[in-house]
Amino acid sequence: MFTLRSSKQLILTLLCATLSFQSFAKETKDAHDSDGADLKSEIKAYIQHHLQDSYDFNLLSYTDETTHKKVHVGLPLPVILWDNGLQVFSSSKLHHGESVAHVGDNYYKLYHGKIYKTNAAGEISYDDHHHPTNVKPLDFSITKSVVSILFTALLMILLFQSLARSYAKNGLIAQGIGRFFEPIVIYIRDEIAIPNIGEKHYRKYMSFLLTLFFFVWFLNILGLTPLGINVTGNIAVTFCLATLTFLITNLTAKKDYWMHIFWMPGVPKLMRVVLAPIELLGVFIKPFSLMIRLYANISAGHIVLMSLISLIFIFKNWLGSSLSFMLAFAISMIEILVALLQAYIFTMLSALYFGMAAEEHDHEHH
Amino acid sequence: MEIPAIVGAGLIVIGVGYGIGRIGGSAMEAIGRQPEATAKIQTAMLIAAALIEGIGFAALFAV
Repeated sequence: MFTLRSSKQLILTLLCATLSFQSFAKETKDAHDSDGADLKSEIKAYIQHHLQDSYDFNLLSYTDETTHKKVHVGLPLPVILWDNGLQVFSSSKLHHGESVAHVGDNYYKLYHGKIYKTNAAGEISYDDHHHPTNVKPLDFSITKSVVSILFTALLMILLFQSLARSYAKNGLIAQGIGRFFEPIVIYIRDEIAIPNIGEKHYRKYMSFLLTLFFFVWFLNILGLTPLGINVTGNIAVTFCLATLTFLITNLTAKKDYWMHIFWMPGVPKLMRVVLAPIELLGVFIKPFSLMIRLYANISAGHIVLMSLISLIFIFKNWLGSSLSFMLAFAISMIEILVALLQAYIFTMLSALYFGMAAEEHDHEHH
Repeated sequence: MEIPAIVGAGLIVIGVGYGIGRIGGSAMEAIGRQPEATAKIQTAMLIAAALIEGIGFAALFAV
């Protein structure tokens, strides 16, 4: 009984430690002190900034009280540009957009989160719509999102390698952290893959489904830590995940899948002609909705959470602060659920689409 | 941002809320009638709710 209680306490402590109020709040305090901007647009700009990818791993930033300069605490990451040859330099050279980076014979400047090529003075020229006209070099930088993805990949390799090894060593009994993950793997196989894809074909899709589930889940959870990571709330990432589902669905599709799209069996001839374009559109809408769902859910969660924390700086009294804290705590709890739910739904719907592709019908009975 | 767009998005969110509420309520009834089918009902419920939710987010992001 004692061990159960102490482990519960440990989990609660860990939860409280990893939830994000403190560091979010610290960051919000001195977000974007642009001239004359009021508090609300400051908060808006700060949330916008958080949702974007960045070139350095910024943990917190504050304005020094004696020098009145902005101090950034965090890790610089490598910037890799292709601009008539490979240009590699540390993102600390960009100075958060405050000055020009001089690399070789070229000058680069960070402007609204994007790197532009400039002259030595760092001038940015604009077109009529106030969009910069400077050259944007091809960007292969190791950004914050890329670091998070690499970290998650490494974590997954270590975790599941150890799970696989413990099976070999202990005669098919999981050990250590594997005891936690084994039921989840079994759940994905027995409750997601087999019912949707079928006993016959599910094996070849399992590796993708498992990778997808744990990748999305881990990154969703990482997004709730105070590190300020937002990977699954980035539409480029969800686009790639959805594209993988799209490619696997259509490349492994059997004859019956295409027949159901272009020449639906069991309906009148005229209806088949009407249905074909709709079904063809559906092929693209399915992965598109996967992309939007994950992106929108995670982004919306981050926006709501950060807006609630920002209430502290709008109310500026103890009542508003405690209200904001309680609401943020409640939403954080819901977000932990949403992190799991979205990973589940993405995997579930992918399995459903794979099932449609792999299905073989018996058309004699139609 | 224009007022008609906001009102439209609000209407869609009302519709989405109603839809997800109906799904949840019906699922509860179904589970009450057939508790042994809980797992299957929950799966179907989540898929339907996720599909409707997608429309809601599309509306919110269009504003």
